[in-house]
Parts: sequence; C-alpha cells; structure tokens
Amino acid sequence: MSDFEPVVVVFACDYCAYTAADVAGRMNLEYPAGVRIVRVPCTGKVDSLHVLRALEKGADGVMVAGCLEGDCHFKNGNLRAAARVKALKRLLDDINIGAGRVEMVRMSAGQGAVFAETARDFAETIREMGPNPIKPAAQAA
Amino acid sequence: MITATRKPMEEILKSVEPFRKILLLGCNECVTVCHAGGRKEVALLGAALRLGRLQKGQPLEVEELTLERQCDPEYVEELARTVDQYDAVCSMACGCGVQTIAERYPALPVMPMVNTEFMGASEANGVWAERCAGCGDCVLGYTGGICPVARCSKRIFNGPCGGSTKGKCEISKDVDCAWQLIWDRLKELGQTELYSKLMEPKDWSTARDGGPRRIVREDMAL
Ligand code: SF4
Ligand code: SF4
Repeated sequence: MSDFEPVVVVFACDYCAYTAADVAGRMNLEYPAGVRIVRVPCTGKVDSLHVLRALEKGADGVMVAGCLEGDCHFKNGNLRAAARVKALKRLLDDINIGAGRVEMVRMSAGQGAVFAETARDFAETIREMGPNPIKPAAQAA
Repeated sequence: MITATRKPMEEILKSVEPFRKILLLGCNECVTVCHAGGRKEVALLGAALRLGRLQKGQPLEVEELTLERQCDPEYVEELARTVDQYDAVCSMACGCGVQTIAERYPALPVMPMVNTEFMGASEANGVWAERCAGCGDCVLGYTGGICPVARCSKRIFNGPCGGSTKGKCEISKDVDCAWQLIWDRLKELGQTELYSKLMEPKDWSTARDGGPRRIVREDMAL
C-alpha cells in the first residue's frame, strides 16, 4: 500500500487546533496532503454522527482536535468530545472498522509544530492500517 | 419512564444478516429520553449498520424513521403504505413498541435493536436508576416515598434484613439499603410510626404473578 495517501478529516476547534494549523501554515511546516480540515466552533460541537458520516463517505481516519485540557473556551466541550471519541472507538471496533481510525488530540493555538506533527503521525498510523475497509464495497454498491 | 440500552453490535449485525433493506424505526418517547432509540440513535445505528455491512462487502439499505410513539396503533398505522418495501423492521423502541409493530404487520420480521431494561428515573445526566417494578398496589405512602419492591434487593416489606450494613445493601457496597433509606426518610417526616406498623403479606396477584395485566377504562373506550 505504498501509494496509499490516506484521507484524514480533522475537526479542528476554532480556538486552538484551527489556529495551530494556521500557524503551521505560516511556519511552512509540512503535513500530508490528504489532511482535510473542518473548522468547528468547539470540539464539543462535533457529533458522533459527523465522525461516522465522514467515514461513511470514505475518509480513512478522523481526528478531533481540541484545546488543551482545562483550556476549552466553552469550559468542557473538549472533554465531551473526548468522551464521544471514546464511545466511537468502541463502536468502530465492534463493526470491524477499527478503533484507531478516530482519535482525540489536544493542542494550544500557538502549537503549529504540534499540529503538523500530530497530523503527520496520525496519517502515518492510518497509512499503516490501510484504507477505510468500506471504500471498495461502497464503490461497488 | 421505560429505559433501554442498545444491544451489542455483534448481536445486531447477526440479527440483520439475512436482510438487504431494512426500516430502522425509532420512537420519540421513553427511548428518546434515555438516549437509546430516538432520532439521534437511529441515525447513529443506521450509519454503523451501513458501515459494518459495507465492511463485510454486503451493503445494507437502511431507511431511517422515528415515530411519535411505537406503542400506539395510530402512529404505527403511518407505516401501512410503505412497509412492504422492506425485508424487515429493526425497532429501537422498547419491547412494547416492537410488539405493537409485530402485531400490526404480521408478515414482516421485526427485530429488537435495544434491550428494554426497567422503569427508571434519571439520577443525573446519563444515569438512570430503577425506581418502580409496577407491582399494581403502590405502598410508597407507607414507606417514605421509597419503593421496597424495586429498591430492596429482597423485596422485603418489614426490613431491613440482617445483611444491611452502614446503610448499604449486602449485595454490594455501591447499593443503598432501601430500608435504611426508608427509615431515614420516615424519621425526617416524623412518621416513624409507619415503620413500626407490621405490613401484611403483599397480594402479588396485582403484579406479574397474576399473569399478563391489562387496564380497561370503559369510560375512555370509543
Ligand atoms: S410499590 Fe409497587 S407501584 Fe409503588 S413504586 Fe414500588 S413497585 Fe411501583
Ligand atoms: S440490605 Fe437492605 S436493600 Fe439489601 S436486601 Fe437487605 S433490606 Fe433489602
């Protein structure tokens, strides 16, 4: 699977991860081309269904990127998101899609380097897992 | 309200294995409140089913719908025109809803997607606890508003039993002894004389022991 370029959807919180991605851009830091960023007001607003829909539409992995613990602009949105991601991991394992395809990550707005590194690492993990197993079947259907 | 929890995915996937097109049917009442089978859970399970089946290379068509109430014939009637299109109905309602659908559409397999649990009250967000066992002859007025049928592990009426320790039930340190709760509450209410009064053996024929129960209100019948 050397030519497999994973599509990773990142739900990035406006107050931290999205800004961090911006900083990464200004610092000319590279992260994989398959990383697609969806800006959200808070990871607390990321519904389990958003993650499942992304996977249904063929994303290979989904990253929910929120603020550092204790630093959520809306107090505990990132903790709620983390609880959802935990439940989703169980569900994804139960349907053999793989818990590893969704991850909760945290960073502050200034951490452009952390964003780039986290995105690279996650994309690498997904590359190792291989494409979302539903892709061929979804195309055939 | 009636509480329920989603069945394990493995069991669900197995139960829908023979089908290609299903109606995934939620209910807007109790199972919505306990986050087991409302519109939201229908959407989540729908996505999970599609993903799970695609992963196996056996795509499943899932139509999602949530009725106002699945245990009332007038709402269930809404399906009459479309129900033939499906190989099966996968119901996320409580057992009453599932059975109402099965009775109205006898030619169609109806699969439960949730396990119906108990009559419970909400203790905190995301936490429900058993509060009533529907015994058909309520004694809450004598027990400080705490039910010995649903909340005492032995359903005893002149408690506590010898296993009560430091306010906890002998089955687990995490379970309050119902009779301790009853005593504390009666003291608070200044009604300890209720506690001293011996309760007669309970007539369980009003409960499940009397066979399946019905309520008939002649004054309501059309
Ligand atoms: S006494 Fe019977 S009706 Fe009353 S709360 Fe307990 S189980 Fe329910
Ligand atoms: S310890 Fe209390 S709640 Fe448990 S069985 Fe005995 S009386 Fe009932």
